[in-house]
Amino acid sequence: MFEVLQNDTLAPNVHRLVIRAPRIAKARKSGQFVIVHPEQGGERIPLTIADADPQAGTITLFVQAVGPSTLQIVGTPAGGSLQDIAGPLGKETEIERWGRVACVGGGVGTAVLYPLARALADADNEVTTIIGGRAKPFIILADELAEFSREVLITTEDGSLGRQGFVTNALQELIDDPERCPQAIFAVGPVPMMRAVCELSRPYGIKTIVSLNPIMIDGTGMCGGCRVKIGNETKFACVDGPEFDGHQVDFALLVDRLTMYREQEAKLIGELPPELQKKIIKVKK
Amino acid sequence: MKKNLSHKEIMAIKRVKMPEQDAQERSRNFKEVNLGLSKEQAIREAQRCLQCKSQPCVDGCPVRVRIPEFIEALAEGDLPEAAHILLADNTLPAVCGRVCPQEDQCEIRCVRGAKSGPVAIGYLERFVADWAMEHPEELPTGSTPQASGKSVAVVGSGPAGLTMAGELAHMGHSVTIFEALHDTGGVLRYGIPEFRLPKRIVDLEVTRLQNLGVTIECNIIVGKTMTLEELSEQFDAVFIGNGAGLPVMLDLDGENLKGVYSANEYLTRVNLMGAWRSDFPTPIIHGRQVAVIGGGNTAMDAVRTARRLGAERAIILYRRSEAEMPARIEEIIHAKEEGIEFILLAAPLEILGDEQGWVTGLRCQKMELGEPDASGRRRPVPIAGATFELEVDVVVNAIGTRANPLLTATAPNLKLSRKGNIETDSTGATNLPGVFAGGDIVRGGATVILAMGDGKNAAAAIDAYLNKGA
Ligand SMILES: Cc1cc2nc3c(=O)[nH]c(=O)nc-3n(C[C@H](O)[C@H](O)[C@H](O)COP(=O)(O)OP(=O)(O)OC[C@H]3O[C@@H](n4cnc5c(N)ncnc54)[C@H](O)[C@@H]3O)c2cc1C
Ligand code: SF4
Repeated sequence: MFEVLQNDTLAPNVHRLVIRAPRIAKARKSGQFVIVHPEQGGERIPLTIADADPQAGTITLFVQAVGPSTLQIVGTPAGGSLQDIAGPLGKETEIERWGRVACVGGGVGTAVLYPLARALADADNEVTTIIGGRAKPFIILADELAEFSREVLITTEDGSLGRQGFVTNALQELIDDPERCPQAIFAVGPVPMMRAVCELSRPYGIKTIVSLNPIMIDGTGMCGGCRVKIGNETKFACVDGPEFDGHQVDFALLVDRLTMYREQEAKLIGELPPELQKKIIKVKK
Repeated sequence: MKKNLSHKEIMAIKRVKMPEQDAQERSRNFKEVNLGLSKEQAIREAQRCLQCKSQPCVDGCPVRVRIPEFIEALAEGDLPEAAHILLADNTLPAVCGRVCPQEDQCEIRCVRGAKSGPVAIGYLERFVADWAMEHPEELPTGSTPQASGKSVAVVGSGPAGLTMAGELAHMGHSVTIFEALHDTGGVLRYGIPEFRLPKRIVDLEVTRLQNLGVTIECNIIVGKTMTLEELSEQFDAVFIGNGAGLPVMLDLDGENLKGVYSANEYLTRVNLMGAWRSDFPTPIIHGRQVAVIGGGNTAMDAVRTARRLGAERAIILYRRSEAEMPARIEEIIHAKEEGIEFILLAAPLEILGDEQGWVTGLRCQKMELGEPDASGRRRPVPIAGATFELEVDVVVNAIGTRANPLLTATAPNLKLSRKGNIETDSTGATNLPGVFAGGDIVRGGATVILAMGDGKNAAAAIDAYLNKGA
């Protein structure tokens, strides 16, 4: 059992959970994830470790309710517990000194981006952060990111915060400005967003790293369900990733495989009581 | 009673038939296929044993169960004694009685085999083990061993790790098992389906170990959560039994289409994650026409699972002929009875899909058998120009697994074979002092009982190592 010590709501249906998991906290490196199995008979859900405190023995997860299992996780109050958490899994982020770096986050992906951006800043990179979301309530961690970013650019689809539009509009501006054009881009968020960022940066040859979230079960390379195509090679996101060179990623395949269980997922959500259904965020896949 | 039977009478008893669930019915449910012998059937079958002095059957058993002894006790109706003998030699008899390939091990050596069929050693083992589970109060309570003060870490809770833990606990050592998944049993839990090995059995065997004082910690991935080095520092010895859990990919076009699974994923979804149950949320694609590629136990388990999930056509596609199939004979027979189609001497060339990315078919190559290869089996060779297409909506790849490098990648000094398996000497010792290994991680994909044999063997070596150090 893993005790939830804190559970805050950051945005509609996006929660920050601080969980006691001393061994994972000690072993964890930036970019790695855990698998959360909330109860016996539940699903195994991969979630990026946003932060860890080895002294306190805690890890921080940002979780968005997108289905019954994630709903159950965000619904676990402080003092409650989650049955199983396994990790840290996956490779650690390769932090280099690139010079100017653009960190692009969308939705809950901003939470995954946060520790990455901080590690890049700590490694003497000049970090510009771009965060985007549907509307103002979905923009998270702007102040925290501002602490170490040279600037934070915010875009919302409805213009309720920052400028109206998509993260790619802001990124285009950066690229067009020779003084601010990044040497590397890190993008974390919904697949269409990461894909759009990669398409934008590709003609400029700017190295773009993305963090992928395919369907997985064990997270240790045992099932192979998380296959992604990188260049001409099939890789397992759980052990070879989750971060990959975005220009090599076959996004069409990723999107396709993410929809494998769409019917079953819709059915499960449909079986929930209406008030719970409202809490689930419909994610674009 | 046996003593009253003449040799002629003993020779006249026919080998017992295992009562089974009706094939038609069971091909649509996940309940156990074999129903187990009645007490009368078991005693009568036990009476068939000739109590050979040379005990050829025992030589065929990797954990050297005292087969004639337990059978003799059973023949005399002394079930507590039969259970006592069996449990002393075998940590997981209820599992072995169900999944061991007795036909290649003990039973193949039985002197009665030639004329009237070998004594049904496997069925008897299962009977005695199940009886013991239901009657714990009738078992002699062994004295608790004196604590040795030594501690051992066991990586993996598959048959190798469980056997190791049981043996060491009996010797008085303090044992902690570290398991990567959220539940115990390894392949017994996530691979072998409920209809062949009910998970209740695995639970009971694991509980028995816990009652012996074995500690089990799930969710610990050695190599990620903790390193081998940390374990070596915290424990007096370490045993690695982490299996061969990495699927070998087909490497064919179309492998990433939706509806194409590795057998590991397919079976894990169904067994560990309960996708076959309506009260579990885990999704799985219920194919109408399912092709499973391979000819081993894993392939049979996957195809029979597909059938139970509702497939109208559930097909085995195997590149050699039936004689070369590594699966247990019982599994092949059961599969056929359940309406599984066997397409033999055929190999997949390409997986075909539609515009939405779903698998729609398999393009296959017809094969014929040529010269024997390194494994001694005749090598399949393609027949030029002979290809055909199969319409399918789910494909399961069951061609094999290899060692998972997660642990070994973080232990650079541990000696590995070229294939990535851990190298050990005959006692199970690796090149690192105090580190032992066994089961599939050493052998590559093998069997439950060989993994258990390794666990038992290495336990003796660990005991000697710990006593030397004392
Ligand atoms: C579908 C299927 C059917 C089979 N049917 C039969 C049969 O009928 N008869 C038969 O004799 N054999 C059968 N086999 C083979 C048999 O199951 C294996 O040979 C046997 O389970 C190997 O035992 P093991 O203990 O070495 O490994 P496993 O059973 O693979 O157990 C290894 C355990 O270690 C855990 N682990 C892995 N890595 C780590 C890590 N880094 N840290 C911590 N834990 C870790 C795994 O999660 C797993 O629980 C079958 C295999 C399969 C896949
Ligand atoms: S070989 Fe057969 S008859 Fe002989 S002791 Fe073993 S089980 Fe009995």
